[in-house]
Amino acid sequence: MKILSVAFKNLQRKKIRTFLTIGGVAIAVAVLVSLIGFDAGYQKSLSNDIDKMGYQVLVTAKGCPYEAATLMLKGGGGLRYMEQSVYDKIAKDPRVDKISPQLAATEFDKDRQDGQGGIVLYMGVSDSYLELKPWSKFKTGGWFSNDDADEVIIGYEAAELEQRVPGDQILIPNLNKALKVIGVFERTGTQDDGIVFIPLKTAQRIFNLPGKLTGIGIKLKDIGSLGDFEESLYNEPGIQVISMAQVKGTIFNLVSSSKAMTNSVAIIAILIAVIGVINTILMSVFERTKEIGVMKAIGASRLDVFRIIWLETTLICVLGGILGDIIAILGTNIVEHIIRQVLPYAPAGKLVIITPELLFASFLGAVVMGLIAGVYPAFRASSMRPVEAIRLGD
Amino acid sequence: MANILIKADKINKTYKLFAEEINAVKDVDLEIYQGEFIAIMGPSGSGKTTLLDILGCLDSVSAGKLKVLDNDVSVLKESSLVKIRRANVGFVFQEFLLIPTLTALENVELPLLFAKLPQQRKLAVNLLQKVGLGSRINHLPKQLSGGERQRVAIARALVTSPKILFADEPTGNLDTKSGQQVFDIFKELNQKDGLTIVLTTHNFKLGLQAKRIVFLKDGRIVSRVESSLCV
Repeated sequence: MKILSVAFKNLQRKKIRTFLTIGGVAIAVAVLVSLIGFDAGYQKSLSNDIDKMGYQVLVTAKGCPYEAATLMLKGGGGLRYMEQSVYDKIAKDPRVDKISPQLAATEFDKDRQDGQGGIVLYMGVSDSYLELKPWSKFKTGGWFSNDDADEVIIGYEAAELEQRVPGDQILIPNLNKALKVIGVFERTGTQDDGIVFIPLKTAQRIFNLPGKLTGIGIKLKDIGSLGDFEESLYNEPGIQVISMAQVKGTIFNLVSSSKAMTNSVAIIAILIAVIGVINTILMSVFERTKEIGVMKAIGASRLDVFRIIWLETTLICVLGGILGDIIAILGTNIVEHIIRQVLPYAPAGKLVIITPELLFASFLGAVVMGLIAGVYPAFRASSMRPVEAIRLGD
Repeated sequence: MANILIKADKINKTYKLFAEEINAVKDVDLEIYQGEFIAIMGPSGSGKTTLLDILGCLDSVSAGKLKVLDNDVSVLKESSLVKIRRANVGFVFQEFLLIPTLTALENVELPLLFAKLPQQRKLAVNLLQKVGLGSRINHLPKQLSGGERQRVAIARALVTSPKILFADEPTGNLDTKSGQQVFDIFKELNQKDGLTIVLTTHNFKLGLQAKRIVFLKDGRIVSRVESSLCV
């Protein structure tokens, strides 16, 4: 027989109490894992979203830069337009490597989301779009037959939603315009998956915006010339320049302020769990005063008693840590779903990334928590005097 | 005469209970020899249990001198007393005080764990057989009768091969029949194995079966009787 089995058997004495305490630890660990996993996953997905745009600089019509940022990412309403002449001018700049004009348009489709209705984002693009995104692959079909064709290429998710394959027709609601599906993109894990792409000229024609653009994506030959390049565009009237690095920074800043809130929630959850563990173990120590006294009478030293109680606490936290990890893994999808509802902008990739390292670190954290929580109850038990514990311990 | 195991020289024990100072043991002189079987008797509150606790190194002495197996324990603190208890003393209590989560066998093995002695399952099983519980070694305390529990407690007290066995009212919670059975085990341990036994009881019928009786009243020894004639 080992000290460990003495401790373990005692935990089985009051199963419900032990289980509830383990549950408290598990919830704290699960919250911790989910929050840290979210931090990691969100940053990664967001970076991925922005990097996969393929351009370092976006030129848009003048307006609020944050509005421009959300437009670019989400394609909300209230679009502003600029003249195509701006594009022609910038395209001549020798520092530009690749450049792609875009015309975004949104339409409300009342049949989306099971009749609740939803916004469909249409993006008019030119052939250079593929140059900026060399990783784009077609799941089926291919590129537009010409730059004024009545054709569309659909992003992966949009295709699934609309249930369209090449050769099908797709109707733009409110315009009563039918276009032919010519291709479907592979999944990219970015916002592009939800977009319906149209040739730029077609878009300008059917949305009645001749010679207009909403944005120009630019990739420079040398990222080091970004500062100079931005400055040279400041003199252009009616446009603004947004670098992707800025956008990333802005969104990360917004997120990090809410991160402080969520982190304090995690800390509170852990504190409550620790207090719960101390309370439970202390209660069980007082209930067992006579038993502890008799252990001492039959030869247990202070250290022996300390170890038994300490082990019990640690066992609770070890089991809680394991359970918490399991809950966190099983609960990822639910957490993702909730976060997506709450966040103003959720990137397309996985929002919560739980790595083995994170699981192990959280488990280790729970063990350390147990070691700390166990000190006081174990000390109280070990300093009981045997004769008092036995004779007066009722 | 045989070796002196315990020598008490005017020992006193006082403790505070609700601001009132209680003098539970007063100027007790007592010598306990190897192989003795002593019953400490007296009315409730006479200090029997306190005296037993002190002799068994479970409690400290307030004044006087107490030697247990050549250790002057009157000056020792709990951290040193535990070592003497572990090596020399076995305890049996009125309420048995087995660990309810452990089986009979595990309860008997527990002192070996604390004494850091090698786990001797065979020794523990043998002891349980000796007290007549060979077939119930894997039962939990709640599955055993009072008499059986007390016999487990005796096996537990014996597992570290103590030189002295202390028992505080060991038959106090038992009916007459199982009380006598338990007492017979003590007698057998004393007669066959030569184990020194010190117990308290207020049951005269049992107490008179000891070799020597010490009567206590208000913390003082009021008479000593060699009762071997009664056995």
